[in-house]
Amino acid sequence: MRPPSPSIPEKEFLNTALKQNLRLDGRSPLEMRKPTLVFGPELGWVECSLGKTRVVANVEAKMVKPTPERPFEGIITIHSEISPMASSEYEPGRPSDEEVTITRMLDKVIKRSDAVDKESLCILAGQRVWHIRLTLHFLADAGNMLDCACLAGIVALRHFRRPEVEVIGDDEVIVHSPLERAPMPLAIHHSPFCFTFAFFADPETPPILDPSQLEQRLSAGTMSIALNAQKEICVLQKLGGVPQQTEEILRLVKVAVDQAKELTMTVDARLAADWETRHVEVR
Amino acid sequence: MASELVFPGETVPAKHVNLKLGPGLLQQATLSNPSESSVVSTKAGLLQHSANRSKWWVDSNARRYVPAPQESVIGVVTQRLGEGYRVDIGEAHQASLDALAFEGATKRNKPNLKVGSLVYARVSLAHKDMEPELECFDAQTRKAEGFGELKGGFVVRCSLKMCRQLLDSKHFLLPLLGGKFPLESAIGMNGRVWISAKEPKQIIAVARCIEAVDPDGGGMDAVEAKAFLETLDA
Repeated sequence: MRPPSPSIPEKEFLNTALKQNLRLDGRSPLEMRKPTLVFGPELGWVECSLGKTRVVANVEAKMVKPTPERPFEGIITIHSEISPMASSEYEPGRPSDEEVTITRMLDKVIKRSDAVDKESLCILAGQRVWHIRLTLHFLADAGNMLDCACLAGIVALRHFRRPEVEVIGDDEVIVHSPLERAPMPLAIHHSPFCFTFAFFADPETPPILDPSQLEQRLSAGTMSIALNAQKEICVLQKLGGVPQQTEEILRLVKVAVDQAKELTMTVDARLAADWETRHVEVR
Repeated sequence: MASELVFPGETVPAKHVNLKLGPGLLQQATLSNPSESSVVSTKAGLLQHSANRSKWWVDSNARRYVPAPQESVIGVVTQRLGEGYRVDIGEAHQASLDALAFEGATKRNKPNLKVGSLVYARVSLAHKDMEPELECFDAQTRKAEGFGELKGGFVVRCSLKMCRQLLDSKHFLLPLLGGKFPLESAIGMNGRVWISAKEPKQIIAVARCIEAVDPDGGGMDAVEAKAFLETLDA
């Protein structure tokens, strides 16, 4: 069932408040909710939350035969399905427009930005490669699930360690258990993060970063920028019909750059802190 | 007051000559002897009873609303029909609101609600096999008694426990906020609270305080909420 659109008083209040640069959760227009990352006992399991939006990402690897077109490259697949657990407005089976947008964007940000080196996933050319499977579970929707899912996905890939393999001769592959040899991290070129801005039909209303559920529903258009701390833009996607000036877009890109730098530091610190707790004594 | 955890289907030792059952309890005839009956719980929560053990109910928290007769709710008009409106009250089904169930409404003079309007109404019919029905007046006196369309303001969503607490006159939050600035509120039992104040930042302060005090969110007590309100610029 499509949710009923927000009531008239809600719509009017949100617009008046935003014109005065006030947001319902007390943030300033270009302020993001603080992301929290919780790592599970398994490597590659991350729960990421932005306010009340929660996404769990899990990475697993298995060995498969590569496709004949790309015998030297590993395979990465992303599974993201929004179940009714996130919110009663999502139905199982039939993907909503929002779900399609999120899935396509995840594909662009995580797979096509070449964040993970696919050639390093090759074990035996044409015979055996790693198949990395990233599964995203959307647990709660309080707005901006896309940014939360991208962050969870990237952090899970960086947190993941695959078992070390050894190739003997031409066709013998030995997989070492994690107890024998330390598992290997994936070769990650860069970590792109996604930032979503929402625009409103009224030109006086400023654009806002990281929209909440109500803001997202009342917005006239959104723009998602995926970029890394090295200022490399991977994806820029603008949805909805709110024309913007070039200067305005550039200003928002600058905001996103600062946010990406900050987020990179947070993520690096959290990953390092988690890794500290996982030291195993080697005898 | 005793409080004991019960699960759905558990038999509850509620016995009194003048027994009154509240939310979460159901009287059932015993299978072996139909003239006897027992009381079972229908939801998980803490079993509560009044001091003289005549009133029993189950206290629990939830986010999904299940309507019960005579409860006041806040709904959004989703559809206009010839004789009335369809209203979303946060339940699994849409409720119906008759256009004549308003104060002073006649066949000629009906209220004019748009799709998206907010209404404060009372549940007049709630049955598990039927669509809930709402009314915006007292059926005996035909007076509005505060029910009707809500104009302006803002709606905050909270857990069902939070809105029950807000309806308690002894709860600290609304007097605390009211001491700071004048505000109007309408509390729906369906986890929606309508608030109106002069300045948008005051409405935002109320919304953030409700969120912070909500046992499902921040779960702050009176002292913490007061300190939190001081940090907000309202």
